[in-house]
Amino acid sequence: MKNEFLQELIGSWSPNLVFSEEGSQYLNVIIPVDELHAIMSKLKYNDQTSFDYLFCLSGVDWGEELGVVYHLESTTFRHSIVVKTQTADRENPTIDSVYDIWATAEFHEREVFDFFGITFSNHPNLKRLFLTDDWEGFPLRKDYEDNINMIIK
Amino acid sequence: METITLNSNFKSEEYFINMGPQHPATHGVLRLLLTIDGEIIKKVEPDLGYIHRSIEKMCERDSYQQIVHLTDRMDYLSANINNEAVCLTVENALEMEIPDRVKVIRTIIGELTRISSHCLWWGVMGMDVGALTTYFYGFRDRELLNDIFEETCGARLTMNYNVPGGLMFDIHPNFVKRVKDFITHFKNKLPEYDRLLTNNIIFQKRTKGVGILSREDAISYGASGPVGRASGYSCDVRKHHPYSALDQVTFNEALRTEGDTYARYLVRIQEMWESLSIVEQLIDNIPEGEYRVATNAVIKLPKGEFYQKVETARGELGVYIISTGVKSPYRLKFRSPGFSNLSLLNHIAVGGKIGDLVATMATLDLVIPDIDR
Amino acid sequence: MPEEVANIAEMVLIALVYLGIFAIAGLFLVLLERRVAAWFQLRIGPNRVGFKGLLQTMADAIKLLSKELTGTTKADKFLYNLAPYFVIISSLMALSVFPFTKEFQAFDINIGIFFLIAVSSIGVIGILLGGWSSNNKFAMIGAMRSGVQTISYELSIGLSLLTMVLITGSLQLSEIVEVQKSGWLIVQGHIPAIIAFMIYMIAGTAETNRAPFDMVEAESELGAGFHTEYSGMKFAYFFLAEFINMFIIAAIATTIFFGAWLSPFGITESIPWLGVFWFLLKALILIFLMMWFRWTFPRLRIDQLLTLEWKYLLPINLVNIMIMALLVWLNLTISF
Repeated sequence: MKNEFLQELIGSWSPNLVFSEEGSQYLNVIIPVDELHAIMSKLKYNDQTSFDYLFCLSGVDWGEELGVVYHLESTTFRHSIVVKTQTADRENPTIDSVYDIWATAEFHEREVFDFFGITFSNHPNLKRLFLTDDWEGFPLRKDYEDNINMIIK
Repeated sequence: METITLNSNFKSEEYFINMGPQHPATHGVLRLLLTIDGEIIKKVEPDLGYIHRSIEKMCERDSYQQIVHLTDRMDYLSANINNEAVCLTVENALEMEIPDRVKVIRTIIGELTRISSHCLWWGVMGMDVGALTTYFYGFRDRELLNDIFEETCGARLTMNYNVPGGLMFDIHPNFVKRVKDFITHFKNKLPEYDRLLTNNIIFQKRTKGVGILSREDAISYGASGPVGRASGYSCDVRKHHPYSALDQVTFNEALRTEGDTYARYLVRIQEMWESLSIVEQLIDNIPEGEYRVATNAVIKLPKGEFYQKVETARGELGVYIISTGVKSPYRLKFRSPGFSNLSLLNHIAVGGKIGDLVATMATLDLVIPDIDR
Repeated sequence: MPEEVANIAEMVLIALVYLGIFAIAGLFLVLLERRVAAWFQLRIGPNRVGFKGLLQTMADAIKLLSKELTGTTKADKFLYNLAPYFVIISSLMALSVFPFTKEFQAFDINIGIFFLIAVSSIGVIGILLGGWSSNNKFAMIGAMRSGVQTISYELSIGLSLLTMVLITGSLQLSEIVEVQKSGWLIVQGHIPAIIAFMIYMIAGTAETNRAPFDMVEAESELGAGFHTEYSGMKFAYFFLAEFINMFIIAAIATTIFFGAWLSPFGITESIPWLGVFWFLLKALILIFLMMWFRWTFPRLRIDQLLTLEWKYLLPINLVNIMIMALLVWLNLTISF
């Protein structure tokens, strides 16, 4: 499906979505945090979008907000879309987990928790993945300081 | 470090076994915590991070040429293809015109890398199920490819031959002849591989019906590469999103529907044949031209987000760059194929035996530095 | 010299000679395995120490002697130390009954084959003790697997040997060789004898825990199996005992199926001491066959191993015995 049809269809599910195509080769949708799970569910199970392949889940520190970027693809229609969501709460950022929709999210969300500190609600096993359990801090945040391990040019 | 706490789900006849991190069968530093009842596996939990080198954080302060050098330390068996991924992202972002010569050579070297990775995989697969001789036969053929790479690219493992804009040097004058000799030699060896392992009844009994992955589960767990293709999920990036010279060649996608270990094995063997056919189609007609397009000394990508997918020997590698216009990316994420393939290990190993776990892991073909980054 | 002292002195002398044979055979077989493996794997193998590498195993043995004897604190000390001796002693006892040539047989009892099978079964106790007393999960799993494997395959060995005893009518080893003067038993019994031989080779390879039945020591899975916690001389005992067991299996097959020290078509019958040469040649060919198996085939999973024995080999064996009994009764055996 072309991006215009996608934009029309998905835009009809909620009035709070922001679409954009500049600066990216895919259609971007920004979803507010509290509607994330519902819209993601629809994205997978709706017959016309059918985004059943989540191929990239990245955490991003946008400077003031912490966010997650999801890259989705449909194996039947071969169209792709990028879903973004962000939260301004840096002390206790919480986002809904999409593990029940795409099983691959389990490990990816653990990685985002490990490096950014974003808690995912309803995640079955949210622990640090790469770093040791007693590591303090979240390394991929922009305000992370570590005089021993980091070399800054 | 994973501390084991006994919870109420732990029955008294089960016990823990720790496989790794130093272990002959886990292909790298991977620690698996197995909960087993006799011989039946109840739960598999991977423990990662033993070779985590924070590559993504380093990329936020390095220039793009330096980032290319970091990528071949990730999945060192498909080093050339990893380098190609970052170079393609940068070139597409800058909208550079890459000469045909560069595209064809990149494709040839990428396919030779795929064959070399599968040779090592085949040797290790035999070794894991007990046929210890296959390791030497796989490495014998891999050594020939390493010699070709050494002559042209300068290194045997971490080649760094691709740079943003083209190739670092032109190909060596002996390259075409040596590749043709290799193709002739290897076409006699693949039937030998079949006689030794594929048609062996003991091997078939160890791998048929073991570790079955259905198509829906493969898509849901994000499986790609041979793991996905063995379950009937057509996910070859070379077919669906072709890059470099892959739209100029014809080849078949290796697809099977059973989804068991034997199917994954056969898919990789067929991939070796297909890669040989691709190299054969391209090796005689390498177009003349420049081997490198000049770029600025300091490469700055325009503001925006860029994503490039390539097909490594393990599956789909994705490079996601968020750039703000300065000399380093704002955020760079590598979507590694092994990461998603590892997440389905618990799903397919539960209910089987320890011997099945080893055979299944051998066909998932994990390279742990690729997962840990 | 009074008679008892002379007897005892004779027995001690024979024991020392056999210990020597045991040591030399072990050393030679280890080197042979390494050279054969290297040949299959397109490399050379040890060829520096001594002429063509003949002293390699000596060097390994000296190294093992000088290693620290580690042991875990929670291991059961007495059983831990006792376990290797079981395997060594059972192998030595089995070696003593073989007829290397006409006069070269230490122990010619009238229940020869029965004694052989019984004594080789004692070795499994050593493996179980070793795995249990190491206080190590991996070792115990390995020992349990080995125990169940050995007990299952002893049945097949016993039954296939029984098939040949039907032709000879005696369990005494020197009698069996006498019967073979009119044709080797594998020729005399033709079809059922060949089937019995094939079953015997499969079961024999399983008895010695060699590939493709080496789940017990599957290096790629569970460390080193039941001898994980052993080092130094005690490990050397287990290691040597495995090779001597391989020799014993091959020697039993040579004696029962291929005529022990008899030359083919009787060409050197007038030179009896050449019998040793023929015996060793036949045993070496069978040992080469077992090594060939090891370096070619993948290994069977433990449940496939047991299925093979109980659902396939055992019924075939029983039917085979009946066919052989029929052949003997109807006088259909071939003899020259």
